[in-house]
Amino acid sequence: MNERSLFKTIVISIISLWFLIFVFVPNILVFAVSFLERHENNFVTFSFTLENYQRIFTSVYFTVFAESFRLAFISMLICLLVGYPFAYRLARLKGRVKHILFMLIIIPFWTSSLIRTYAIMIVLKTNGLLNKTLLATGIISEPLELLYTGTAVTIGMVYSLLPFMILPLYASIEKLDKVYIEAAGDLGANKIQTFIKVIIPLTMPGIIAGCILVFLPSFCLFYIPDLMGGAKELLIGNLIKNQFLSARDWPFGSAVSVVLSCIMAVLLLVYYKSTKLVQKSGERGGI
Amino acid sequence: MKQNSPVIELTNITKSFGENTILKNLNLSISDGEFVTLLGPSGCGKTTILRLIAGFEQPDEGRILLAGSDITDQPSNKRHVNTVFQSYALFPHMTVFENVAFGLNMDKMSKSEIKAQVNDALRMVKMSDYADRKPSQLSGGQQQRVAIARAVVKKPRILLLDEPLSALDFKLRKQMQVELKQLQRRLGITFIFVTHDQEEALSMSDRVIVMEEGVIQQSGTPKQVYEQPANLFVARFVGEINVLDTVVEKHTDNGFACKIEGFSCEIHSKKRPAEGSKVSILLRPEDLRVEELAKAEKPEAGSIFGRVEETTYKGATLESIIVLPSGKKLLASEFFDEEYEEFDYKLGQDVAISWVDGWEVVLVNE
Ligand SMILES: Nc1ncnc2c1ncn2[C@@H]1O[C@H](COP(=O)(O)OP(=O)(O)OP(=O)(O)O)[C@@H](O)[C@H]1O
Ligand SMILES: [Mg+2]
Repeated sequence: MNERSLFKTIVISIISLWFLIFVFVPNILVFAVSFLERHENNFVTFSFTLENYQRIFTSVYFTVFAESFRLAFISMLICLLVGYPFAYRLARLKGRVKHILFMLIIIPFWTSSLIRTYAIMIVLKTNGLLNKTLLATGIISEPLELLYTGTAVTIGMVYSLLPFMILPLYASIEKLDKVYIEAAGDLGANKIQTFIKVIIPLTMPGIIAGCILVFLPSFCLFYIPDLMGGAKELLIGNLIKNQFLSARDWPFGSAVSVVLSCIMAVLLLVYYKSTKLVQKSGERGGI
Repeated sequence: MKQNSPVIELTNITKSFGENTILKNLNLSISDGEFVTLLGPSGCGKTTILRLIAGFEQPDEGRILLAGSDITDQPSNKRHVNTVFQSYALFPHMTVFENVAFGLNMDKMSKSEIKAQVNDALRMVKMSDYADRKPSQLSGGQQQRVAIARAVVKKPRILLLDEPLSALDFKLRKQMQVELKQLQRRLGITFIFVTHDQEEALSMSDRVIVMEEGVIQQSGTPKQVYEQPANLFVARFVGEINVLDTVVEKHTDNGFACKIEGFSCEIHSKKRPAEGSKVSILLRPEDLRVEELAKAEKPEAGSIFGRVEETTYKGATLESIIVLPSGKKLLASEFFDEEYEEFDYKLGQDVAISWVDGWEVVLVNE
């Protein structure tokens, strides 16, 4: 027993230390830097200012935030619309087909998402796989200009984040007892009514979890807009990256970073509250 | 309500799951307003029959007629049949009121009409005070009532109940049995009720259908099924019974003579199987009369006697196991008699066993 508690203590200490060094300290640094002034050579000078935050609320940067939200929202919606039917089928399947489909979702995790982004670029580019196939089959006569557009960025986001939508959806659909669907049918509900009135509410925890898992990371995948949007699209992730790496304006980059973290924290709080609510109403009655 | 016109008919129903044929060429017809119970061991296909009627499963062969019209190909949401699920299946995200209103909402009924009907239904099952609760805030018995209200409010032609009481404790179960029976009389809806519990089946039903491996073994009133079992399976499944195998020796004026476990007996029976044919004499434990024999007393010629091996006190009755000289054990169950205080056999006591003529059941074994 002592050995176990020793083991526990060590493991917890290591994790805590890890969080302290790699999460807590950097965040404190970022938070601190966001109140400092920029310096040409030393990155920052130690004088307090709120100017970085004031800059964020100018119209240019507001547009960046709005645009990022729009993209995140659309990606989330597409992921949900594509992911739900897939997860539903997956949860109702049995045996080999199910395992194969699961592998198809898991395998992309084994490859760096940066490399996968390059891979999908090859598919989308003007003389890429997609255009060649469409041209060969005669569906289009002119190659589509997909790459380096907003559409390409959305496709990239959906492509990268879809598994994060499917997995939580799958988990909650799998848990859904078939008897509720039968009960709805028994009471006269057709398939659509059953879906809207029973299946969606009962799988709401999965829907919310999936949406959050797609929505939040989409702000941070700066390399997707960079690579696939041809750096034409400026999003929050890119903005932060540029401030640190190109513009060398660490304080402003930090301020944007802090604001983004706050937004995410609020969204997570909303998520937490809503799952609590759903769980409370979703506690299974009876056996 | 027309009595005797069948409200539901299953004709030549066959149903398999993969390799397993669960129901084979099953025919079943149930009259309007009947309280029918399907009784049988686990896995005999009771739930499958209900699911076929509800429309959750499709038969491989055969037709299902509801009030004369073929509903075999109708989806469950179009059938005027409702189910009380064993797990109740109340929608956990809806209140009690919303649960009961669900079916009426699907019928596109007006809001005020729905409200009135739901409140009526909740009052009927004494759940009006719980309308705003979620199912998770109710006890098992309360959930069960809501499940009944939710099904009944749709005014189905048939209500299907799959072991609705099995999750309740003994006392609540007894109470719900009475309530369900009263409800059924009041509404006049046909109930098809599934249970494992033969006592429940006998006490509640107009008709009991005893099944084994997808085949109907007997269909009759509780009294018929209990007192005149059609075969050994029914006899053994419905209540306790003593089975004595014997051979008809010769016909007599009132019945036939035979040897039961070595004792020569005369069975008074209208049934007279051919001489030499093998028969089983069935005796319910409560039909056996047990009489103590004094130490030196010789048993009367022609009566059966044995020795008390074990007694079990059951509250209102005393059950004893009596071993016959042949080694055969009989179970006897007797009510305590006020006038006969010292009614407690000692183990090892010699007893004579008899029964009222004509109370035994004679089955001819093929
Ligand atoms: N969906 C299914 N797939 C495969 N086999 C099934 C399915 N449903 C039922 N069965 C099989 O059919 C047989 C009859 O099942 P059913 O549920 O009708 O029994 P039951 O009489 O209701 O039993 P119980 O008293 O245990 O509820 C069982 O052997 C069961 O394993
Ligand atoms: Mg069953």
